[in-house]
Amino acid sequence: MPKQSFYHFLGCIIPHRYPSIEAAAKLVFKDLGVELLDMEGATCCPAPGVFGSFDRVTWATIAARNLTIAEAGGHPITTGCNGCFASLWDTNHELKHDDELRAAVNENLAEIGREFKGTIEVWHYVDALYSLVGLEKIREKATRPLKGVRMAIHPGCHWMRPKQVKKKDDSEHPHIFKEICEASGAEYVPYKDELICCGAGGAVRTADVKTALDFTKQKFDSLLEAGGADVVVTPCPFCELQLDMGQVEIQKFFDAEYHFDILHVMELLALAFGHEPEEFGLTTHLQYMQRKNQPNWKRLGIEARA
Amino acid sequence: MTSADEKSPIVIDAPDDSFIQMIIKTGGPNVQNCYQCGTCSGSCPAGARTNYLVRGIIRKALLGLKEQCISAPELWFCTTCYTCTDRCPQDVKPTDVIKAIRNIAVAEGYMLVPHQKTALKVLEAGHAVPLDKESWEVLREKVGVERVPPNASRYPEAIEEIRKIAKKTGFDKLVEEKEEKKEE
Ligand code: SF4
Ligand code: SF4
Repeated sequence: MPKQSFYHFLGCIIPHRYPSIEAAAKLVFKDLGVELLDMEGATCCPAPGVFGSFDRVTWATIAARNLTIAEAGGHPITTGCNGCFASLWDTNHELKHDDELRAAVNENLAEIGREFKGTIEVWHYVDALYSLVGLEKIREKATRPLKGVRMAIHPGCHWMRPKQVKKKDDSEHPHIFKEICEASGAEYVPYKDELICCGAGGAVRTADVKTALDFTKQKFDSLLEAGGADVVVTPCPFCELQLDMGQVEIQKFFDAEYHFDILHVMELLALAFGHEPEEFGLTTHLQYMQRKNQPNWKRLGIEARA
Repeated sequence: MTSADEKSPIVIDAPDDSFIQMIIKTGGPNVQNCYQCGTCSGSCPAGARTNYLVRGIIRKALLGLKEQCISAPELWFCTTCYTCTDRCPQDVKPTDVIKAIRNIAVAEGYMLVPHQKTALKVLEAGHAVPLDKESWEVLREKVGVERVPPNASRYPEAIEEIRKIAKKTGFDKLVEEKEEKKEE
């Protein structure tokens, strides 16, 4: 099989707030023999719950502009953000099926000398790993399996929903994200509210952070009721921000204190593939920066760092 | 609590269907499939903690009560998790209906200030969450990636293209007008 290449769509939160995910993704894809190409001049996806709620045509036009960058180079896109995935995948899908929207978008794009052609596909990292790389190869690369680490997962929403349109996984009983996480060797811990939203999406975090955090708190409480976990893994940086920095914010807004280490699935796999946390800067998560502490190395099964 | 006699009931002789037609056009084509079963609100994590009732908003929309729908502050509590969409037995796609109503609300001037600020950031920096402080660049350096990523943070011409798009669609006006109103 020829080497698979993707345009790497970074979005906003990964490169600007959680760059450790960017660094981890580069390590993991390299280990798996997948090439990531810079997507020069890509902008905000733009945020589906925010821009999509304001003006659908503007949202689709800005997303389509991003798609044209990949179309010009002739490679598919991959992204590690549920929100970016929603904007790019949905726009690609809608423009391929809705002639009226496509005409409106292309009229707007003509203004900047671009045209949506519909020649490429968009893949979430999770999707690319599962369908194109395969679980077997991921397990093979997991030379430092996280044996004995109790792992809860937060799949988030927009990679798999709406299920009838996305056709990726059964959103009521999803298994794909879980299987990828389990390839790290960690032990999956179920909890009742695993599938509820983190609370950040749909422009809610922007408008009313306390309400957004109330969702997050419910998830944490549900997880504690299930006996807790050593780590919570998500495929989305916005969920990661909400679960990670959200703990600091919850402490301010509610009388509650949580200490969960939150990992993006790329950070989990980077560790399982034998990379050291400092190779991708795990300690730069905003929770640790603000609390001036470190991940719970012992619970993660990694030797304490100086 | 208001008692029943203090409330004035809504009188509907002939429901005005122009609002429904707007919703259908703006991204909620299946809205009229709704038979009010309440599966959506029963599944809704936003409704579980706020006064947001997705079934109720759809009912009001079907009755043509545009103003009540677009001016409701709770319209903005939906996190677009799509749980309702995956469970609705009538394929109404309630999330898309809510987004369509939000589009109509914004077009008529109902936009929250924090949302307007976020939208402005995309026009200013190309990103809703921009690389707007040196400390973010330092953070990037710390994890071993280039200080400025190869996105609009590095290529100002990309931001210029976003501004042109916003000008063409009139989105720049939507965002600006609100600011002027605020200053009055
Ligand atoms: S689940 Fe569907 S049919 Fe039932 S009330 Fe909600 S939108 Fe209407
Ligand atoms: S998409 Fe919105 S309305 Fe539907 S269940 Fe989620 S929060 Fe509720």
